[in-house]
Amino acid sequence: MTINDTMTIDIKISDTPLDIMACIDLVTMPACGGTDVFIGTVRDATKGKPVLRLEFETYESMALREMRNIAEQAFARWPVYAMAIHHRTGVLQAGDVAVVIAVSAAHRDAAFEACRYAIDTLKLTVPIWKKEVFEDGEVWVAAHP
Amino acid sequence: MNIKILAFGIAKEICGDSTLRLEMPEGATAGDLQQLLIGQYPRLGGLTSFLLAVNEEFATTDTLISSGDEIAIIPPVSGG
Repeated sequence: MTINDTMTIDIKISDTPLDIMACIDLVTMPACGGTDVFIGTVRDATKGKPVLRLEFETYESMALREMRNIAEQAFARWPVYAMAIHHRTGVLQAGDVAVVIAVSAAHRDAAFEACRYAIDTLKLTVPIWKKEVFEDGEVWVAAHP
Repeated sequence: MNIKILAFGIAKEICGDSTLRLEMPEGATAGDLQQLLIGQYPRLGGLTSFLLAVNEEFATTDTLISSGDEIAIIPPVSGG
């Protein structure tokens, strides 16, 4: 979606593998001098225990809204041109890509800062949950103190 | 009024279903509903946090609830 001539936001939740190059292509434009990309992947272990798989669940309509809010806040705070935030749902294995955030700007500082803001805020506010499945049980991440 | 509540993640497991129905007095707030839910499902009170969303936006304790609202239990999020 294009808000105006210089802001492009692309938000997606998908149950099929994310396309990192597509995220980069979505934010690449002639006025941009730098693109920052965060790729979140599934670790193979938590505190030394092998993780068999992660199961992601989303409140999709609200998650899409919150992801869009994050991009709009980033545009309000930094001179960035385009942002793509794509998140996986469903069952993921170690090494699979869970989230991709790509941000482009005329200069790198804005791209780095907006990208960091986007992933940090996503982890705090977007209604997406993951369950870690181990050999001997399963845990909803962050559910308990 | 009868309200419909969506439950996600660990809240779905604690409540035993992805959709709940509860009876509440007119004029009830999100805070009232939180207390009612903790009374009915005490394990919700043991979570790191537990918020409600009303019509896809995070509610505060004084957010008013109406029967047609889409209400959701939001346990601690862990995306990314």
